[in-house]
Amino acid sequence: MGDLVTISSNLLYASFFFYLIATFFFGGTIRNEKTGNRGKASTIGISLTIAGFITQLGYFFTRWVASQHAPVSNLFEFTTFFGMMLVMAFIIIYFIYRLDVIGLFALPIALLIIAYASMFPREISPLVPSLKSHWLYIHVTTAAVGEAILAISFVAGLIFLIRQIDQTKSSKHTFWLEFVIYSIFSTLGFIIMTTTFGAMDYQAQFQAPVEEQIVNVEYEMPAIAGPNGGELQTEGAMQPVFEAPGWMRGQDAARKFNTLIWSLLSGLVLYGIVRLLLRKRVAAALQPKLKKFNPDLIDEVSYRAVSIGFPVFTLGAIIFAMIWAQEAWNRFWGWDPKEVWALITWLFYAFFLHLRLSRGWHGTKSAWLAVGGFAIIMFNLIAVNLVIAGLHSYA
Amino acid sequence: MKKIKCECGHVNPEGTVLCEACGKPIEGNQHIDGNKKDSLLNMRYEGSARRSQTYNRSIVDKVWNFFSSVKVGVWLIIITLVASSLGTIFPQEMYIPPGANPVTFYEDQYGLAGKIYYQLGFHNLYSSLWFMMMIALIGVSLVICSIDRVVPLHRALKKQKPKRHHTFLKRQRIFGETKANVDMDAFKSNLHKNRYKVREQEGHILAEKGRFSRWGPYVNHIGLIIFLLGALLRFLPSMYIDDFVWIREGETEVVPSTGGKYYVKNEDFILENYDPQEDKRFQEALMNQNVPVASNYQTNAVIYERTNNDVVGAEPELKVLSREKIVVNEPAKFGGFALYQSSFQLDEFSSMSFTLHETGDESAVLGKFTVDLTAPKMEYKLDSGARVVIDEYFPEYYMDGNQPRSKSKFPKNPAFVFYVYPPDGGEPEVSFAGIGMNIDPTNENDYKLNLAGFDTRDVTGLAVKKDYTLPFMGVGGLIFMIGVIQGMYWNHRRIWLQPTEDGVWIAGHTNKNWYGLKRDIEKSIQDTGIEMPEDQQQLKG
Repeated sequence: MGDLVTISSNLLYASFFFYLIATFFFGGTIRNEKTGNRGKASTIGISLTIAGFITQLGYFFTRWVASQHAPVSNLFEFTTFFGMMLVMAFIIIYFIYRLDVIGLFALPIALLIIAYASMFPREISPLVPSLKSHWLYIHVTTAAVGEAILAISFVAGLIFLIRQIDQTKSSKHTFWLEFVIYSIFSTLGFIIMTTTFGAMDYQAQFQAPVEEQIVNVEYEMPAIAGPNGGELQTEGAMQPVFEAPGWMRGQDAARKFNTLIWSLLSGLVLYGIVRLLLRKRVAAALQPKLKKFNPDLIDEVSYRAVSIGFPVFTLGAIIFAMIWAQEAWNRFWGWDPKEVWALITWLFYAFFLHLRLSRGWHGTKSAWLAVGGFAIIMFNLIAVNLVIAGLHSYA
Repeated sequence: MKKIKCECGHVNPEGTVLCEACGKPIEGNQHIDGNKKDSLLNMRYEGSARRSQTYNRSIVDKVWNFFSSVKVGVWLIIITLVASSLGTIFPQEMYIPPGANPVTFYEDQYGLAGKIYYQLGFHNLYSSLWFMMMIALIGVSLVICSIDRVVPLHRALKKQKPKRHHTFLKRQRIFGETKANVDMDAFKSNLHKNRYKVREQEGHILAEKGRFSRWGPYVNHIGLIIFLLGALLRFLPSMYIDDFVWIREGETEVVPSTGGKYYVKNEDFILENYDPQEDKRFQEALMNQNVPVASNYQTNAVIYERTNNDVVGAEPELKVLSREKIVVNEPAKFGGFALYQSSFQLDEFSSMSFTLHETGDESAVLGKFTVDLTAPKMEYKLDSGARVVIDEYFPEYYMDGNQPRSKSKFPKNPAFVFYVYPPDGGEPEVSFAGIGMNIDPTNENDYKLNLAGFDTRDVTGLAVKKDYTLPFMGVGGLIFMIGVIQGMYWNHRRIWLQPTEDGVWIAGHTNKNWYGLKRDIEKSIQDTGIEMPEDQQQLKG
């Protein structure tokens, strides 16, 4: 049994490298001055992507066999699956539109998502009684597929914005576009910091009052923000720079806040280095490389992804969710935070689709909406699980 | 109503923007769809006469126009969306710890922000009147929006003729001229091959496919309306019941809200945890977690149906209906009702036994008695002639200041104030006894009560549900999915061809996926001599 788990995680590593190499090949297609998409680099890129996808399917099913339940039951498994579905959605869109540039942006985002997933506990975890149902994989997988297709609309929207936004002067558009790019750097920062301190086996223990009791709080990163009223117990560990504000409740709140600070700071450093090297906005540096792509087509891919993804999302994240909630919790809707945020996502994309009916909501505005939709999906995946606790909290 | 007669002979209703038959822009109405001279035509609703764009005189018109606006609909969605997100900042009242007082809970836990949250009523946001009003307004908007558009749209699509006015073609997004002889038969057969329906009129061609996808939005709106109506039906008690029953092991209770028709017996409640030794799969995770993880909550239950009438005083005669293993995700269902494994209480005390001794001499037992905690007797007579009278009983004892009280009527931490009457019939002594305590308030007692043993049993909590609105929700959801797939996964594509003096004009329109339409046109004009039309609305890069 243990062997199967090892095979499974090796397959996941392998798929990660397939995607990584595929990204470079898609990068190679950009240099090609000709607009023709059927270049060699493109063929190799998509072949490697498919190989990676099949390898990751191998991870998924071997893990399924090993754990005897669909591996979508905790944050690591779900997020990894989401990354895999993002790749699948890209493959589908690739064969409709044959646009290499989508791969150049979609694959790095899938890589980041899979790497991000690996920062969470990776052991096979037991299912609590409410998760023991066929609906676990019916609901969770369909919802993930829907969200992944919607994420492609973000990828296309991002490409559109980088290509289209006027970089000759600074504006709200250039600021927020840089902000989106900075957020991506912060995710990378989080992964680098977690991995580095994990490899160093860094630990700092605090004793801090939580709910009127003194408890042990363990940090795995040096404390910039220590627990409120906490005392450092570990010798040689860094003294916190400041204390987390008192209104952050719960045993893990300060630790999570500290991780967030590390992610944002390291993101800032990474972004700063890149910005210094480029000597201009990151988007401005990317823009010339994207000029050969037809913005109309990119805009259409973004809209198309929403129109394909929205029904799947509705089915998986709303309808199947309701059916299961009815079976497990005897109410199909309970205003649990995760449910509310799924509804918000749904309303947001309904809003997007209705706005496309009006004139003037194509192009840039529509691309910004696609970015906003992805932000909501990520909020539901990350913040609702880690910050707003509810019935769906896995981590 | 003023009818508008077009030069093609077709009579259009008042407010028409583009003639239903030939598509010629009707003079004086172009502002309605925002069409500018010579710019591309707004094809959103085929330029049909929509009530909301035509009349604006009476109150009815104004209300109609308000609700039929997409802009208003979009604002309703945005407000609902933002409001929903506000409700997740802090937990809703139903998710705060049981027994917590919401008046103080929010302020204690979240400070000033929590207090404001509570005072604004956000702790019960989703059942608040104004939130429900928003949902209702969205419902009204759905109905009016749909009717306003679907009727004229249907008419316009039915009346359209293959022969179109030349300006209609010219002002389509996809348009091209070919000045050469073309092979019409090849064109038509290509269109057929691409699954287009081809109609012809005096050499003009209209090729169309996927018209049914235009009805997708209206179908999905109908689904949503049925769903919302289903949600409304829940306010009728006959449609929706939500109740709860606690049952101790070995006991039989009437299922509440069934009018005494059904009874349920709890034969056994089972709680199972994962065992890291036995289940190697989860060993690592369980070791890391350090707290037991439940694998199963189960009630072995017997469901009974009452066979005699529910008359006051008459003992119910029960017939076994079924034996059920009720576990999470697998409710027991009978007669429209469902019982869900919803809660439990482990090891509730069922009985306590005491022995009486002389103080300081525990060897001689002056009698033993057992208190049934669900039905304690007032007085227990012991063999030695001593009597024990229960003065006070605290099922779930706690100290409130210096005053003993009970948190609930469930025997979770039972304690008693006893009067002990000595065997010789003297004055009674006061004794206070419970789990792990035995207090002699005067310190002068001659007799002492010792806890000799106790029995426990589990209690299961079952949710009782009857929900006749589920079929409505199901049908609504199904229709919504059909509509949304119909509208999203198919497109309505049309290609027009018009003969000119020295060649042909070709134009195309689709409601979405222009890339697909262009590919269709590319395939259809192969080997026909027709030139590929241009997209007149490329975004400028």
